[in-house]
Amino acid sequence: MNSLILREATRLLVAMMLVFSVFMLLRGHNEPGGGFIGGLIAAIAFSLYALATDAAAVRRALRADPRKIAAVGLGIAIASGFLGLFFEQAPFLTGQWTEVAGLKVGTPLPFDIGVYLVVVGAVLTVVLGIKEQQADIEEDPIEPEEKL
Amino acid sequence: MAAAGKADARVPTYARAVVLLPAALFVWFSTMIPAVSGGAVLTWEIAWLPQLGIAFGFIVDGLSLLFALLITGIGTFILLYASEYMRGYPQVDRFTLFLVAFMLSMLGLVLSDNLIVLFVFWELTTITSFLLIGYTHEDAAARRSALQGLFVTAAGGLAMLAGFILLGQAAGTYSLREILADPGGLVGHPDYLVILILILCGAFTKSAQFPFHFWLPNAMAAPTPVSAYLHSATMVKAGVFLLARLTPVLGDTEVWMATLTIFGAVTTVYASAIALTRTDLKQVLAYTTVMALGACVMFLGAPTRAEAGEPSIGLIAAVTFVFVHALYKAALFMVAGNIDHEAGTRELPQLGGLRRLMPLSFFAAALAAFSMAGVPPFVGFVGKELLYKGALAWPAEPYVAVAAIVAAKIMMVTAALLVAVVPFFGSAEKLPKRAHEAPWTMWIGPVVLGVVALLGGMLPDLTAEMLLLPAAAAVMGYQPDYEVKLWHGVNIPLLLSVFTVVTGALIFWKRAVLLDALRSAVQRLPLTGDRAYDAVMTWIADLAAWQTRWLQGGVQRRYILVVFVTLGLSVAVTLVARDAVVLPAAFPEASFVEWSVAALIVAATFVTLIADSRLLAICALGVVGAGVALIFLLFGAPDVAMTQLLVETLVVVIVAIVLLKLPDFRGERRPTARGRWRDGLVAGLVGVSTTLVLLAVTAEPPQQAITDYFEETSMPGGFGRNIVNVILVDFRALDTLGEIAVVAVAGVAAYALIMLRPRRRTRPDTAGRPDRKGAAS
Repeated sequence: MNSLILREATRLLVAMMLVFSVFMLLRGHNEPGGGFIGGLIAAIAFSLYALATDAAAVRRALRADPRKIAAVGLGIAIASGFLGLFFEQAPFLTGQWTEVAGLKVGTPLPFDIGVYLVVVGAVLTVVLGIKEQQADIEEDPIEPEEKL
Repeated sequence: MAAAGKADARVPTYARAVVLLPAALFVWFSTMIPAVSGGAVLTWEIAWLPQLGIAFGFIVDGLSLLFALLITGIGTFILLYASEYMRGYPQVDRFTLFLVAFMLSMLGLVLSDNLIVLFVFWELTTITSFLLIGYTHEDAAARRSALQGLFVTAAGGLAMLAGFILLGQAAGTYSLREILADPGGLVGHPDYLVILILILCGAFTKSAQFPFHFWLPNAMAAPTPVSAYLHSATMVKAGVFLLARLTPVLGDTEVWMATLTIFGAVTTVYASAIALTRTDLKQVLAYTTVMALGACVMFLGAPTRAEAGEPSIGLIAAVTFVFVHALYKAALFMVAGNIDHEAGTRELPQLGGLRRLMPLSFFAAALAAFSMAGVPPFVGFVGKELLYKGALAWPAEPYVAVAAIVAAKIMMVTAALLVAVVPFFGSAEKLPKRAHEAPWTMWIGPVVLGVVALLGGMLPDLTAEMLLLPAAAAVMGYQPDYEVKLWHGVNIPLLLSVFTVVTGALIFWKRAVLLDALRSAVQRLPLTGDRAYDAVMTWIADLAAWQTRWLQGGVQRRYILVVFVTLGLSVAVTLVARDAVVLPAAFPEASFVEWSVAALIVAATFVTLIADSRLLAICALGVVGAGVALIFLLFGAPDVAMTQLLVETLVVVIVAIVLLKLPDFRGERRPTARGRWRDGLVAGLVGVSTTLVLLAVTAEPPQQAITDYFEETSMPGGFGRNIVNVILVDFRALDTLGEIAVVAVAGVAAYALIMLRPRRRTRPDTAGRPDRKGAAS
């Protein structure tokens, strides 16, 4: 979509939404929020960016294939679950907590970060896929009888 | 196949270094021999699912130690051999990983104390076997063989799991140690026959018993190190191992003895006859493997105690034969790989004269073949004497047992001569390339295994005391008082032995005439397992195609219709059947705000229905979603409300991308009047049944206990004030993990669907496509 207003507004909005999404992710343990909500906000931010510009710009901004982001997120979530097994032979995904400089830090945080990354990665995989496929179709339309 | 390897490629360091792993394990297991042969059972256990009585328990007794030593000992030579054999193949790293993963799974299988853990390892060996058979995945035959092995053994494995669960319930424990400690109770159990049949399904498919044998010769599509390791020395013995393991529990009944004897005898005679009709060296060896597995199964059908208090020779023979066979068969397979690798063919009619060109391989093949043919003083002779003695002591119809095993053994002698004489003597003229001796990494394994087979036979009492009798004791349930000797004097087994070797050699001498006759006889067999497998697979594929056409015709509207009709009907039927329809007694009280939100939702729904543009319909649907989010907010669930709102937003953004950019839907049909009635009916069904479910649920007083628990433990246990999030990431994190896994998979699957479009141009950067360039090498 070629709209100057949307493009310029998006520039501001996306940055704010991304910061907000991280804020939501981090505060989630005590206030409404969390990895899923934060991930959705970030995904919306990038989708908006894709709407205003094009898929290539979003890929440049992401610096990584969204499928990889989702995979890494899943890996982080799974890995966080194994810590409990190593430290106290507790069942998989038992939360482990420690105190760093008066702040409670525990495995649910990396788990939540994993959730965040999976949501961002999976949504953007679909959004960017649609976006790129459209660009492809515009460039090179398929005849109806060619459709599978 | 071996020609695919490039001669100038380097052997990766990790492929050599990984050999240390099985070698170290072998040494470690060897240190347990003194304790275990003294009758001790070593155990090690950590809790896994204590609520279900499932523990990661491992036991080392005579039987599992024998298998563990074979797995690690042969594994050492196989990995060393593979490092050279696989040189220049694509993705050697992956191959090495699969092979090591298989080795560890197989070790887990034989050492497991818990039936469920044993099953997990059992299936892990099935999966690694699948990956290894299909390693050359550009080859359609390899893919088919890999799938065939997977389907046949996994189907048997599932039956076995059912058998294990019934067995665990009947015994009251899943721990093998506990089950074996009190073996008496199960034979008389009402479920005994069902348990037996289900477990036999698993064991017979895995150990390639007739009529499930066909997958094993096809598995020879795998590279030779795999055939030597998985499909002769170790994995295919898992079924034999399981039967041996459970003999004290399930054995000694008439049905056990009859089934094992009949299936084993048919397999052993049938397979040894087929083996002689093959000309591919690996096929000959594969069928003799089936023969050996059949013999092991047959002799496990022997009673655990012979008459007059003598120990059961049959069971000692079965265990001994496992050991004997693993040694000579792994050696012969590796030699076959050497021949293939160096001479460029493994077709018997082309081979010849390699004796001078490959002297060390010939030496190893000769040692192994002597053991296979059962010539003294090799350990194979000891094994064969035991088999004959065991067959003579058979409780019912000993002559049938003797006839079966003697017939199989005669053909085994011929097969041994085929693989050890034909390639090495005669003329080397027909060889496709100039052969020379294989590198040391490839002949050291067969030579060592051949020498062990020789030493094992020359020191029979030592072998028996250290390995075989402790293993037999675990199978029989008591320490056998038996002396294994090389020379028992002139007796019936010795005469049978002489007869076997002489007849086998005679068949070999007259092979031109005799084997041709056998070949034409085999060709006249009406139905092979392979063809039956094909028929079943075609039938399943047809069924799948039919139901896919019917339920998933490719039209979006049809999918939604199927999903909603199923949902609506199943909910409605359940509600009526359970008599759970509850209508509210009084008109509900609600505040003005709540009523307004409800009115908004209803109005927006109505707009969605009558909207004549897609954009309007989507926006109206968004209002419905926002209204629902407001309700969540009103009832104190800000997290759910927020998620709902964000999802609605995301849907609008995605739809905007799709709607604004996609070309017109050419040729899209608008629903007819009849179609509208049908859609309305389905929507009404789903709406009414969902409403009734909600009414039924809210009519019950809410389960306050769960809420209280979370409210109380959220802060002290999860260090979070937001209970919803603490539940998501801590209390029920496993659910969340499952959900995000689904999200990730759905994202990738949707991406694949989006990219599914006929392309005119091929772009090199196209994501998600396998690189086909490797196919050429």
